[in-house]
Amino acid sequence: MPGKLKAKIVAGRHLPVMDRASDLTDAFVEVKFGNTTFKTDVYPKSLNPQWNSEWFKFEVDDEDLQDEPLQITVLDHDTYSANDAIGKVYIDIDPLLCSEAATVISGWLPIYDTIHGIRGEINVLVKVDLFNDLNRFRQSSCGVKFFCTTSIPRCYRAVMVHGFVEELVVNEDPEYQWIDRIRTPRASNEARQRLIFLMSGELQRKIGLKVLEMGGNAVVGYLQCFDLEGESGLVVRAIGTACTLEKISTFPATATHPNNSSPSKDMKDSPQAAPSTLGCRSTHSSPVHSASSRLSQGFSVSVPTLLFAGMKPRHRSSEVPRARQCRPGFGEEAPGVPLSSGPPTPLRAQTFSSFSPSKSYSRQSSSSDTELSLTPKTVGIFLCPSTPALESESSPLPSAHLPCHLRPGMASRSTTPPPLHISQSDTAMLRKSVSFSEELLLAVSGMGSGGSAGKEAGPLKALLRQQTQSALEQREYPFFTLTAFPPGFLLHVGGVVSARSVKLLDRIHNPALGNTRSYKLLDWNSFTADEPETRDAWWEEIRQEIKSHAKALGCHAVVGYSESTSICEEVCILSASGTAAVLSSRFMQDGPLDTEHRLSRQPLCVFSTGSERVEGDMGSSASLGFEEVVSPGCGFCHIPYDELNIPFPAQLTYCYCCRRYKVPDVLFTTIDLPTEANVTGKGCLIQARLCRTKKKAQGEGNATAISSLLPFLEYELHTQLMNKLKLRGMNALFGLRIQISVGETMLLGLASATGVYLTALPSPGGIQIAGKTPSDITYEQHISTMQKKINDTIDKNKELYEINPPEVVEEIIGSPIPEPRQRSRLFRSHSESSDEVSELDLSHGKKDAFVLEIDDTDAVEDIHALLTDSPTPAGFYSCNTEIMPGIQNWTSAIQMFTSVRVFRLNANLTNQGLNKIFSDLCENLLKSLYFKLRSMVPCCLCHLNFTVAIPEDELIQVAVTAVAMSFDKEQPLENGKQSGEKTLIKAITENDEQLQFNLELNAETSSHNPLSSPKGLSEVGSHLSARDRCSSWIEQLKLKAHTIRRGSVKTTSSLEKASPLPEGRSRSLRSNRSYSGSSVAVVKMTPLSFIPGAKIIKYLGIINMFFIRETSSLREEGGVSGFLHTFIAEVFAMVRAHVAALGGNAVVSYSMKECVFMENPNKNQAQCLINVSGDAVIFVRESELESTSVQTQSATTHTSNGGEGT
Amino acid sequence: MSMELDVFVGNTTVLDQDVYQLWLDGHTVSDAVRIRMEAGALQECEANAEVLHSDTTDQFRTFQMCERLLQSPSKVANQLLFQIPPHRQTMLIERYYEFDSVFAREVLGKKLSKGTKKDLDDISSKTGIALKSCRRQFDNFKRVFKVVEELKGPLVENIQRHFLLSDVLARDYAAIVFFANSRFEAGKRKLQYLSFQDFAFCAGQLISYWTVGAVDNMMEDLDVDLEKDFLHDLKDLKVLVNDKDMLDQHKSLVCAQLRGKIKVFSEMEANFKNLSRALVNIASKLTHTKDFRDLFIDLVEKLIEPCRSDKWTIGDLRLFLKHYSSSVHMLEAFRHQVIWDRYMSVIKSCILKMYHD
Repeated sequence: MPGKLKAKIVAGRHLPVMDRASDLTDAFVEVKFGNTTFKTDVYPKSLNPQWNSEWFKFEVDDEDLQDEPLQITVLDHDTYSANDAIGKVYIDIDPLLCSEAATVISGWLPIYDTIHGIRGEINVLVKVDLFNDLNRFRQSSCGVKFFCTTSIPRCYRAVMVHGFVEELVVNEDPEYQWIDRIRTPRASNEARQRLIFLMSGELQRKIGLKVLEMGGNAVVGYLQCFDLEGESGLVVRAIGTACTLEKISTFPATATHPNNSSPSKDMKDSPQAAPSTLGCRSTHSSPVHSASSRLSQGFSVSVPTLLFAGMKPRHRSSEVPRARQCRPGFGEEAPGVPLSSGPPTPLRAQTFSSFSPSKSYSRQSSSSDTELSLTPKTVGIFLCPSTPALESESSPLPSAHLPCHLRPGMASRSTTPPPLHISQSDTAMLRKSVSFSEELLLAVSGMGSGGSAGKEAGPLKALLRQQTQSALEQREYPFFTLTAFPPGFLLHVGGVVSARSVKLLDRIHNPALGNTRSYKLLDWNSFTADEPETRDAWWEEIRQEIKSHAKALGCHAVVGYSESTSICEEVCILSASGTAAVLSSRFMQDGPLDTEHRLSRQPLCVFSTGSERVEGDMGSSASLGFEEVVSPGCGFCHIPYDELNIPFPAQLTYCYCCRRYKVPDVLFTTIDLPTEANVTGKGCLIQARLCRTKKKAQGEGNATAISSLLPFLEYELHTQLMNKLKLRGMNALFGLRIQISVGETMLLGLASATGVYLTALPSPGGIQIAGKTPSDITYEQHISTMQKKINDTIDKNKELYEINPPEVVEEIIGSPIPEPRQRSRLFRSHSESSDEVSELDLSHGKKDAFVLEIDDTDAVEDIHALLTDSPTPAGFYSCNTEIMPGIQNWTSAIQMFTSVRVFRLNANLTNQGLNKIFSDLCENLLKSLYFKLRSMVPCCLCHLNFTVAIPEDELIQVAVTAVAMSFDKEQPLENGKQSGEKTLIKAITENDEQLQFNLELNAETSSHNPLSSPKGLSEVGSHLSARDRCSSWIEQLKLKAHTIRRGSVKTTSSLEKASPLPEGRSRSLRSNRSYSGSSVAVVKMTPLSFIPGAKIIKYLGIINMFFIRETSSLREEGGVSGFLHTFIAEVFAMVRAHVAALGGNAVVSYSMKECVFMENPNKNQAQCLINVSGDAVIFVRESELESTSVQTQSATTHTSNGGEGT
Repeated sequence: MSMELDVFVGNTTVLDQDVYQLWLDGHTVSDAVRIRMEAGALQECEANAEVLHSDTTDQFRTFQMCERLLQSPSKVANQLLFQIPPHRQTMLIERYYEFDSVFAREVLGKKLSKGTKKDLDDISSKTGIALKSCRRQFDNFKRVFKVVEELKGPLVENIQRHFLLSDVLARDYAAIVFFANSRFEAGKRKLQYLSFQDFAFCAGQLISYWTVGAVDNMMEDLDVDLEKDFLHDLKDLKVLVNDKDMLDQHKSLVCAQLRGKIKVFSEMEANFKNLSRALVNIASKLTHTKDFRDLFIDLVEKLIEPCRSDKWTIGDLRLFLKHYSSSVHMLEAFRHQVIWDRYMSVIKSCILKMYHD
């Protein structure tokens, strides 16, 4: 029950006039939480009421605290008729439930009405007193932190990454209830807003529970989506990655990322232990000691146990859950800490080997835990040396043990077997292991290598895959919504995996639907048992498919994973995509895998005599040791799959960086570019756009038609991407996002990604055009001109993006350790490869060209389309990933924006015509963005996130959210740690070019000045000139105004002209701020996870807001554009206000998940739904670490003063 | 095929100053696009007409949305809808309230009422300022007038505080409010040569020295009403022209001072009594509303025109007025020195300001 919510209504301002007679308002406020409502007094006749209410107190369950929003309604008191509502404020109190986030919500929040928009502001204070719930069966998950950020949040470090969490909640949509016919649009909208608020609260709570169960304390990469299914209901679903995060304390964190995820810390942060932490910690300390004392005894038995590890997960998976018993023991792992944090000397490997027995067993135990937990999706268990003992005991009698060991977890701690016991059990294991088959031997060796991964030796791929399977076998979905990883976590990337499925919505029925309770929440999961066709089952299907795809690529995990839907009438396309990858286990639950593979070298030596193939592996793994040390910049490019059994056609060559491992010719991924990646030149946004007409159909027929179109759509998108990539002379795509939207008469496909040139990958061949009828001379000429054009474009692009890969030299300078290289050559020689071969490969790769066949007009069109993509204007770069490779020196000037366009098509367009229109729409949108943001040049549009939809027949909607970030050209790029090392020479030449360009730009602007004194403006100027007398007060302003009046627009440099955002751009600005006495604190917003030039010092909680806006006076509000413009501005305003009220000054990882716009111009009506999310943070400028905190403080005091002043 | 909807919203509101000016000047979107194209906007950023049109429409819409706020500038700073850096807020407000002096000159002295609003068409066609811009400027005048009308304290400060305008602009508004309040005649043909700035200067002088607020800051009500007592006291100055001795003495004193110093000495000498009478008569009649409103026309007819026809230079006039007002101090029989100085200092600077072609 434990929570006391307190709210105080301070004041209102800028209220609308509700009483026409007096031009004033008699306002009062209702504060509602759950079923309890309080009211303030009426503050008569004022547009700026001062209620200064008492503290309204709500005593509620923490479960409710998580689910429910605090609902504040501002009303106008009317003596004779019903009180009129002015508007509402929903406050998500979730951030207050986490001790590390915000402590109070205090500030001016916009009063929002779904019909009128923002109507004034209200100043409130909200606090929560939370009593900790220690109940294990509790339904709440207070304290679990949520982050939208898809990387480890800046001021945390990941102790452990537990894995995928998902949940889904269904309800009927109030908009489609019978009651909707008799209630007002306002009531409907509010019911909907409130319902979605409740549903997301519940969803978040449930996910939190799963995280706690897994032993995590946070969800990173939390992605929540709505499916507005119309008649069949409303689905709110979310996915995320459960992690155990630890706040980085003030002293510098371990520079090298924690190899040694210190178990004692894990313990502290793991909320699973947390409920009992207080008691538990003390018991911990003692096992630590005992364990370390036991250390020496462990050595001898390490080898045999390893064997066991390889086999165990297979046939033991269904065995008794022992997790709870094990957990108490994991403190004993602590001795590993001091050891592993030491220098990575060979000695270290030995030390680790001492632990091997425990590691291997613990893995079993974790797998068994899966059964124990309510949600068997993922594993969340620590490993402990004590298991072996229990293992051996319990193995004969499986399920019988469950009850007795399950609950008394605490008690079993004390029974942690003494060291002696362990060695006993180990010997038992040894005996068992003797009987292992050869197959198992192989599995083991595969396992050993798997940790280090990245074997180039072909035959080992099979083993690797086996290992792969076992490594994450326990996880139902080894998925990670993260797109950026701690260094060393991501070992190899296989490629993009995606799955789609077309479903008919009318086939689902929810037995509980149809009743009239408007906000009764239903958990769809509870029906899964007897309802096979549920949302959950659908997603499960897709996830399984993704998983198997990943397996086919030799990968055991999927990273950068996301899910989406597109709904049209009763057809729904579910999509999921991600990047198949091999991860280092160091951050994962079964972290010991990491150590295991290290020590595996030893057992491998033991067994290598038995198998040649193993020998090869041993060589590489031995030479590698810590692979990330050897080749941080290219390791992830090395193929994880079996070279002889490639799942798709690809040309493999030896890595251009290390020359030791095979890499594919192109690499597509959905993740961000790893920071350590070696990249040549800069990247750019690459988009493939496609429109396909479809016959109108109903139900099943429609679904079939769509499913048959989908593969073609995807294929063509892929081809387009590939062509465009080659056209830009690049060889890899990051952040790939393919969106397919379904409409009644067409399908839209939009693939966006950031193309880069990975130094490790071979240079892409050109594009060659081949005609079908070579006899025709004119045709040939045509082809050759086209070919020339393409070649020119490629050359131009290479120059533009500074792609000048270093010539491949025979002896690679970068090869860090000559010895292992020789050794690897030695091993390779008996398979097919030698260095000569690789040399050959390289040259071959270079000559190889991508051939486009022109066999019909379509293809010609395609090539034209290929060439029509206009390059970004000078000074601009664009990407859809977080950062642009090759740009480091960001200034603090950022401008986040959202742009929406809706285009009406003519009927009866061909595919070709549609394509062109769609492509032009996107291109023009980009051009508009560049133009709008021209004052920020040089700048990069980052995280360009396109969303397409077909809101109606013949309408295409494109929405873009991105951030423009300025960067400094003058500074050399060397401050980035990796770029400095990379190529000094390159940086210098780059600088030269930039300088040149700069001069050019200047010359251009100045030369325009005399010419461009515009006729129109000079006319205007003549009578304006009198105004010159009114010299302005601000120097700068005066200057600009002057130029305007004179009518010479051009004399103001383009930099000063439009200013999308000079925030923080100039120093003078900051000084101006105090001068003007602005009372609204500036809140920055960005879709990125960071703010350039600033340090995020605190995460205040997740922002997840859903708004509906409706109008029945569309024309009066400026038409559709005016309506939507206002609405988006209002949404921004509300996000900013809520962040400011939490005490934050920025939103990171902001995204607009949903923007559903519907209009009916004939009725003068429109409706729009917007869902946004992000992380509220406090940041401090790096330059003014101390002063800013003072500033923010003063800003907030300003805010409160401002209210009283007016 | 058409663009149904096209919006761009930045977290920090994107404002293009040039486009803002075009909007303020009352151009339509297509006009503005044309003007921008002629100004070479297409060379920037490889834009095309479509992009420019989209940008202009979007900017115009943004300004339109901001307009409501700009009408009560104090709200701009603490509203939440648009995140605008403070210096940009200042720019927006200042520009919004800036006006064409040609337009202000036309409206000067007129009642800021609906009737006048109807005349805006004529003013628009006369001045070449777009009707939309005329409306905005007129509404600004009216709004400022309405707000300030009921406020206590110094006019300029009130305007500055409520509309967050620069000092210079606030003074101009004070002049407009002052003229509208006092209903000075400024539209006569003979006054056409005077610019808004001339009048604004005079208004400033009158406000600073003749109004209620000039003596007492704590007065209630609009402090731009002229001080009644002062106007009444001005009648006492009549003695200067009615008392023959005094007039002669005054004349001889002035002549003694100016001899050889001004080119038009003889004309001055001949005209002295007329000029002096004119100045004193204007003063003594200021209590009558009708005469008060005619202050400027009187100054022109009775003083400026005669001097001009005698080809006085401005330097001549300045010297004359200086000595004319200072020599009164030497008249022992004259006991209204304070009133005289208060009157003459203002009149002197007004005449000098108005003395041009």
